[in-house]
Amino acid sequence: MTATGGLLRQVPRLTMGLLAVPVLAGTAGTLLPAFGVAGLVPGGPGLTAFHALWDWPGLAGAVWLSLVTGVASTVLALAISLGLVASLIGRRGFAGVQRLLSPLLSVPHAAAALGLAFLIAPSGWIARALSPWATGWTQPPDLLILNDPGGLALTFGLVAKETPFLLLMILAALPQTDAARRLTVAASLGYGRLAGFALTVLPALYAQVRLPVYAVLAYAMTSVEMALILGPSLPPSLSVQVTRWAMEPSLTGRGTAAAGALVQLALVAGVLGVWRAAETVVVRALRRAAASGRRGAGLDRIGQPVALACGLVPALALCAGLAGLAVWSVAGLWPFPDALPAGITWQTWTRAAPGLAQAAGTTLGLAVVSTAVALALVLAWLEAEHRFGPDSQTGAMWLLYLPLIVPQVAFLPGLQMLALSSGAAVGWGAVAAAHLIFVLPYVFLSLAAPYRAWDGRIAVLGAALGAGQGRVFWQLRLPMMLAPVLTAVAVGVAVSVGQYLPTLLIGGGRVETLTTEAVALSSGGNRRVIGAYALMQMALPACGFGLALALPRLIFANRRGVGAG
Amino acid sequence: MAISRRVFGALVGLMLAGQAVAEDWQAVTDAARGQTVFWHAWGGDPRINDFIAAVGAKAQARYGVTLEHVKLAATADAVARVLAEREAGRTSGGAVDLIWINGENFAAMKAQGLLHGPFATDLPNWPLVDVAGKPATVTDFTLPTEGFESPWAMAQLVFEYDSARLTAPPADLAGLKAFMLANPGRFTYPQPPDYLGVTFLKQVLYGVMADPGLLQAPVDDAVYLAATPPLWAFLDEIHPALWRQARAFPANEPALGQLFADAEIDIAFAFNPGRASAEIAAGTLPDTVRTFVLAGGTIGNASFVAIPFNAAHRAGAMVVANLLLDPAVQARAQDPAVLGFQTVLDVAALPAEAKARFDALALGVATLAPADLGPALLEPHASWVTRVADDWVRRYGLAP
Repeated sequence: MTATGGLLRQVPRLTMGLLAVPVLAGTAGTLLPAFGVAGLVPGGPGLTAFHALWDWPGLAGAVWLSLVTGVASTVLALAISLGLVASLIGRRGFAGVQRLLSPLLSVPHAAAALGLAFLIAPSGWIARALSPWATGWTQPPDLLILNDPGGLALTFGLVAKETPFLLLMILAALPQTDAARRLTVAASLGYGRLAGFALTVLPALYAQVRLPVYAVLAYAMTSVEMALILGPSLPPSLSVQVTRWAMEPSLTGRGTAAAGALVQLALVAGVLGVWRAAETVVVRALRRAAASGRRGAGLDRIGQPVALACGLVPALALCAGLAGLAVWSVAGLWPFPDALPAGITWQTWTRAAPGLAQAAGTTLGLAVVSTAVALALVLAWLEAEHRFGPDSQTGAMWLLYLPLIVPQVAFLPGLQMLALSSGAAVGWGAVAAAHLIFVLPYVFLSLAAPYRAWDGRIAVLGAALGAGQGRVFWQLRLPMMLAPVLTAVAVGVAVSVGQYLPTLLIGGGRVETLTTEAVALSSGGNRRVIGAYALMQMALPACGFGLALALPRLIFANRRGVGAG
Repeated sequence: MAISRRVFGALVGLMLAGQAVAEDWQAVTDAARGQTVFWHAWGGDPRINDFIAAVGAKAQARYGVTLEHVKLAATADAVARVLAEREAGRTSGGAVDLIWINGENFAAMKAQGLLHGPFATDLPNWPLVDVAGKPATVTDFTLPTEGFESPWAMAQLVFEYDSARLTAPPADLAGLKAFMLANPGRFTYPQPPDYLGVTFLKQVLYGVMADPGLLQAPVDDAVYLAATPPLWAFLDEIHPALWRQARAFPANEPALGQLFADAEIDIAFAFNPGRASAEIAAGTLPDTVRTFVLAGGTIGNASFVAIPFNAAHRAGAMVVANLLLDPAVQARAQDPAVLGFQTVLDVAALPAEAKARFDALALGVATLAPADLGPALLEPHASWVTRVADDWVRRYGLAP
C-alpha cells in the first residue's frame, strides 16, 4: 500500500472526526437547554422547558401542520418530478429543462415565497391583472388565500421550490440507470411509457435519489422562511414557533425552543421511518404490477398530460412570482388594481449597488471554498469506500445528516459556543468552516448514489490495460462522473449562498454576504429591495450553473454519453 | 430667550465638572481613534441603513472611527451573540460594540449583566437631551435606564389612512371601533407577541382601563384580572370584523405597512410619526396618505444604543453614541426626506445655530405638527406586556 493509499483509507474516518465535533456540539447545544442544564432556563435542570412546550395551546396544531405540509409537498414534488422525467425522457427539449431548472435552485426560499405570495394574494398580480374589468374589484377582496389554516398555500410553495431540486437530482442519477435501453426494452414488450418507466427505471433510479428525497422531506417539515410567509400563523408550523421562542427578547424562551426542536427532530425521524416502510409497500405493489403483466399503455394518455400540467403550474407560478419581484425592484408607486407600476425608478438598485459588489465577492468566495473542501472530502471518501470497502465508520453516517434536520436556531448556539471556546477568531475562516457543516451533507447525498452506481467493469477494463487506481480515478471515473459532480457543486454552492444564521452568528457580524444583507432587508418586508437582492442571489449561482452545464459539453464534445443530460 | 431652569442647572454642573469631563472625554476620543465599531442594528429599512452609513462617514471624518453596520433581521440575534460569548467565558474582545435596543431586550440584557455602564450620562452631548420633556429618554418600558443606554430617536404610535379612500378618520378609540364594525375586513393588527401588535393591545388597554396609571407598576394578579376583561371584550367584539375575520394576522410592522400599501386595509399604524411622509417622499405610498392620533394620546417610547459588557471597541462605541446626539445628526434623522424620526433633544434649549437646523425642517406632507401629535403615553411595565401577550396567544392563538 502506498502512502497515498494509506491516507486515502483514513479519509472517511478523518471526515467523520472532523465533522462529528461540531455536529455533536450543535446537538448538545440543543439537548442541554431543553433539559435546563444550560441557557437561561428558569428553574434549573428539569423538564420545565417541556412543560412550557406542553402548555402551548398550539402544539398539536403545529405538529399536525408540519406533518401534513411536509409529507404532502414531498409526495407531490416527487410524483411531479418522476412523472415529468418519465414523460419527457429521450424527447427533444429534455436537456433544456435541466438548464432552466438550475437557476431556480438558487432562488432563496424567502424570495420564492414572497414572489408566490405576491402572485396569489387577493391584492396580488393575478387579481390585479383581472381587476377591475373582469372581477369588478376596486379594492382587494377579503379572501383567505395566503396563510390558510390548512397550509395549502405553504404546500404549493414547497412543491414549487422543491421540484427543481428533485428533478436535478434525478437527472444527475439518470445516466447510471441505463434508462434509455430499459425503456426501449419495455416499449418493445408493449409497455406504456409511464408503466415501463415505473417498472424498469424507477427501482434503479429511486435507490439513487433516496437520500435527496429524505433531505426534501426533512426540509419541508422544518422550513422556516416559507412557512412564515405562506403558512398559517394560528398556530404556525412547529419550526416557526421554535424560531419565535429562540428569538424571544426576554432570553427565557431558549429552553422551550430547544425542547420544541427535539420534538421536531423526533417528528422528522419518525416520518422518515414511516416513509422507509412505505417504500417497501410501494415496492411490493410494483412487483405485483410487474407480475400481473398488464402493460398499462392506456395510462399514458391521461398520465402524461397530467404530469406535464402539474409540473408546469408550480414552475410557471414560481417564475411569474420572481418576475413580479423583479418588476417591484424598479417600481415606483404601484397601487391596487394597477397591473403594472405607475412609474419606473432605479432608486432601489442604485441604493443597493455600493454594497453589492463586495458582498457578492464574499458570498462567492465562501461558496467556492466550502464547496471545494466538501467535494474533495466526499470524493476521497467515496473513492476510499470503493477501493477498501465500506469503513466501519459508515454506520455513523447519519451523524452527518443531523445538521439538516435539527432546526438551525436550536443547533447554532451550541456550534457558536464551540467556536467561541476553541478561541477561533471571528471571521472568514470560521464562517467557511461553518458553511462546510451544512454543505457537506448535501454534496454527499447528491453524489454518493451515482458514484456507487458506476459500472465497476470499466475499472477492471482499465486495470487490464495497465492503468493504476489513480489513473482509473482521474482519467476514467471522474470524467464519467462529471455530470453528478457538477450537480453536487451546484447544490453545494446554492446551500452555501443561502446560509444566514451561521454566517451572522459564527462570523460575529464581520462577514457580510448577499444573504445576510438580503435576510436583514427582507425582515422589513420591502418587495422592492427583496426583488433586487433575489435577482442577485439567483444570478450568482446561476452563472456557476451555466458554466457547470456547459463545461461537460465543451470538454467532452468528442465523447458520447459523457456530459450533462 | 430664557434658558430653562433644567438647562441652567445642567450648565452649572457642566462648568463645575467641565474640566474633568473634558479631560476624560479627550481620553475617550484618543482611544477611539483608529477603532472599528461594529454596530449591530436592525437592517430591514434601506433608509435607516443609509442614515447609519452617513453617521459612519461623519464618525470617520471627525473622530477617525470606522463604523460598520452589522445588519440584523432581529435584535435578538445580537443579544444571543453576547450571551454566547459570556457563556463561553469571553469577557473582553466581544464581537458586538454597539446595539440598537429598547424595551424587553434592554431589560433582559441589563438584568443579565450583559451591558457596560453607566456611560450615557458621561457623554458630552448628554445635557442636550430633553430628559424632562421626553421622560421616555431615561425610562425604557418603566425601567430606569440608569445610563446603561443612550437614546437617539423618539417614536410615537400614529395611525395612517389614505384620504382618497377615507375622508374622516376616527378621533378616539370608540371611533376606531365603530370604523372597524362598519367596514368589515379593513383593519387588522400584527399578531402578538410581535411588539407592534402588543403596542396596539396596550393602546386599547389605555383606552378601556379605569386607571391606566396601574400600568406603570409591575403587574399584580388581582389588578390584572380586574383590569383586562374590558380589553378582551373589546377584542371579542372587533375580531369578527377584522381583516380575514381574524383568521390570519400580519406578522409585523412591515407586513402591516404592505397590506396598507396594497389597499387590503384602510387604516394602518406605525411607531414612527414620520413614516408615512418618508414613504410618500420615496414614492411608495400615494401622496394622499395622512396620519392621525387618538384623543387622549398614543404610546410613545425611545430608541437607544447600548454597549455590551465585553465590547472590544468601547471608546469608539461611546464616540458613536455621542455623535448620535449631535444636533446636526439629530436634525438629519428628523428630516422627513431622510428618516422622519423625532429628536430626543430639547430643541428649544439648543444654541441658535443648532436650533435653526430643526426650524428649517419641513414637516412632511403626512406628518402631524408636534402640537397635533398629542401626549405620548408611557410604555407599561414590561411584565404587563408578557402577561397580555401570553393571554392573547391563549385566547386567540388558535384559528376559530
